[in-house]
Amino acid sequence: MKVQSAMFYFPEEVIEHIFSFLTHHHDRNTVSTVCKAWYKIERLSRREVFVGNCYAIRPDRAAARFPGLWSLSLKGKPHFADFDLVPPDWGGLAGPWIEALARSCPNLEELRMKRMVVSDENLELLGHAFPKFKALVLVSCEGFSTDGLAAVARSCKSLRELDLQENEIEDRGPRWLNSFPDMCTSLVSLNFACLKGEVNLKSLERLVCRSPNLKCLRLNRAVPVETLAKIINQCPNLEDLGTGSLLADQFSEAYVSLVCALQKCKKLRSLSGFWDVSPLCLLAVYPVCANLTGLNLSYAPTVQGQDFINLIQHCVKLQRLWVLDSVGDKGLTVVASACKELQELRVFPSDLFAAGPATVTEEGLVAISTGCPKLNSLLYFCQSMTNSALITVSKNCPNFTRFRLAILEPRKPDPATNEPFDEGFGAVVKNCKNLRRFSISGLLTDQVFYYIGKYAKALEMLSIAFAGDTDQGMTYVLNGCKNLRKLEIRDCPFGDGALLADVTKYETMRSLWMSSCDISLRGCKALATKMPSLNVEIINEWEAEMEENLNNGVAEVISNNNNKHFNNGNDDRKVEKLYVYRTVGGPRSDAPDFVWTL
Amino acid sequence: MSPPLVEHNYMGPSGARSTEASSPDLRQTELRLGLPGSESPERKQLTLDLLPPSAKGKRGFSELKKDGGPSGDNLGPQGKEDKSNKGKLEEKKPAAKAQVVGWPPVRSYRKNTMAINPSKNKEDAAEVKQGASCLYVKVSMDGAPYLRKVDLQTYKNYRDLSTALEKMFGGFTSGGSANVEPTDLLNGSEFVLTYEDKDGDWMLVGDVPWEMFAESCRRLRIMKGSDAIGLAPRGEKSKSRN
Repeated sequence: MKVQSAMFYFPEEVIEHIFSFLTHHHDRNTVSTVCKAWYKIERLSRREVFVGNCYAIRPDRAAARFPGLWSLSLKGKPHFADFDLVPPDWGGLAGPWIEALARSCPNLEELRMKRMVVSDENLELLGHAFPKFKALVLVSCEGFSTDGLAAVARSCKSLRELDLQENEIEDRGPRWLNSFPDMCTSLVSLNFACLKGEVNLKSLERLVCRSPNLKCLRLNRAVPVETLAKIINQCPNLEDLGTGSLLADQFSEAYVSLVCALQKCKKLRSLSGFWDVSPLCLLAVYPVCANLTGLNLSYAPTVQGQDFINLIQHCVKLQRLWVLDSVGDKGLTVVASACKELQELRVFPSDLFAAGPATVTEEGLVAISTGCPKLNSLLYFCQSMTNSALITVSKNCPNFTRFRLAILEPRKPDPATNEPFDEGFGAVVKNCKNLRRFSISGLLTDQVFYYIGKYAKALEMLSIAFAGDTDQGMTYVLNGCKNLRKLEIRDCPFGDGALLADVTKYETMRSLWMSSCDISLRGCKALATKMPSLNVEIINEWEAEMEENLNNGVAEVISNNNNKHFNNGNDDRKVEKLYVYRTVGGPRSDAPDFVWTL
Repeated sequence: MSPPLVEHNYMGPSGARSTEASSPDLRQTELRLGLPGSESPERKQLTLDLLPPSAKGKRGFSELKKDGGPSGDNLGPQGKEDKSNKGKLEEKKPAAKAQVVGWPPVRSYRKNTMAINPSKNKEDAAEVKQGASCLYVKVSMDGAPYLRKVDLQTYKNYRDLSTALEKMFGGFTSGGSANVEPTDLLNGSEFVLTYEDKDGDWMLVGDVPWEMFAESCRRLRIMKGSDAIGLAPRGEKSKSRN
């Protein structure tokens, strides 16, 4: 047809220009599949790539496809690795990626990694291989030390952003801050809050002095109030501040300077840190509260009771709040009346054993939902919840996109009725049509999965623990949730029937995790046979532990009669941990001994 | 609305729940290790202090006890446990509360950070577990290519030790045969747990009170049942053995 032949002569530059309006990677992925010409144009003009599972594609192939890459985001280990369910040395290595990028993508400016293992050598290479490198963001990563940070600081001449969120970083001393060269004045964002060790305060002050563009600064616990005050004085335009240790005496010079400095911060929108904060230092913060949109008190267990209430009442523009459950239902009720703009709330448990009295219950959540109708993102750890509360909450806040509720005691029923929570969570999926992420807890039967399958059409990620009765539960979800991308299940009675109910479904998803369920080796083998485009990985816990014990010296080898007992022909054995993901990279070459790809 | 300070067993039924749901659910709460041939609906292979008491549970030492001999203090209640579940649960101190791996789902970074900065209300569980010293004894198992070392002070009773050993060595029992369950490791059908005491004698584990055992045990050996004939319980130690 005429239109088609006109398209044939369309200049590449014009197509590329049109593509430049497509910013989301989903859209770019889609246009690349239209035809070879578009694939080529798209790949050469692609600037940002997101790889949600680092094993979905080989690093070389990804880097070669997008030579003009500026920004790469990578995720490694399965989500449940955050909760120690994945043995150490499982994988998620950053090295192969950085090496591949070094070969093919010299223009790399940004690298964001989550749950990956990064070494100091990797960071050295990063510093040397990319002359334009500007931003490094590491979330929940491990394997490196402050020496690696020094390498990045030293080598990246125009570093703009160094953002370290909740990583396990080995402390090798405070020297790394000195490694920022004197001519480095480009810093916009620096976050080292997760560093456990001491920091060279003078270096820090000098660095801040020569960084006029600094907008975000998150310090670690080792930075005292004196230094904080000096720093804030240097950067009154800070927008995002994470304090160090907020401990000071009332009439100390440090405290007075802090108060003065904070009063000058007209642009401050986000506050975090509050390590060891004393009630007095909280008072210093009041002047900035009225403009705050983000507040993170989740590492400040001492901020509770009236102290919390007094503080939060000032935060009338707050959109994002992270707290500990020690603020109690009472604290949350005050939040509900003061923070009408609230969109995201996270309430973390202050006591992981749920033995103490000061936690939150359904009361706090209902109050929030009543007072904050804009709420769309929730993470709530509580000791007690009821179905009726959940139903009320779902009606008050139909805009939830993320809803994660963790009732601390597994399999606990609704105390008011002794019923499971099927109806409560069912109401959430029925009323919140935009729900993309869902985590459920408490006593749950197959019924809740029926509801999820029926109503949660926008759902992309589902986390289930200690729930369900039969294979039907998981099957409802696989059949019903058309947009499901990640499914993670632990301690549920789902077996081979559920696993194999719809095997082609897994090709439409990023990954499936199942641990402590009822699946057998036979079922996993069947899945692997039917779906060669998936990696079906089994984690042999025993071998994983043995490797660790040999490393720690609490085991010795007596004989070399290496017992590969896992492959002795009994397929009825239960599989403890299963990780299934779609990939074009084939079985991974870096799998440790205890991971068996079927 | 603060709940009463009742001990909660994460792995077992809470007081309010109907008992009907409890039995099959307990199976689901097992921390299984993916050991080959390890499925048994009644298997309670937990390394938690609070184990769901059940007459169906194959606790290895309860089998040993059938042969008579003095019971260790901690084994005495075994037979009565299923009748007094709740009483037993109530007795435990908060620090001994059962923990499920990875629950509640809090990032380990946050968990570690909060542990360094405990709230004033709570006992720090880490403190309770640390003994002043630790005493490693070697544990070998006939036919296994590895030997392990365990710190006896990390266990409070035979049940804990039994569970831990099953976890460590369970994989080997089913290496050869398809249907052997790891619990058979210690219930006498195939393997027997023995220890060398400070006099150098090899004794059957389980005969003496736990504290006495922990003090006198120098090493442990998981022997094939057939080799263990002739080992006497402690009470008969004074008589000569072949």
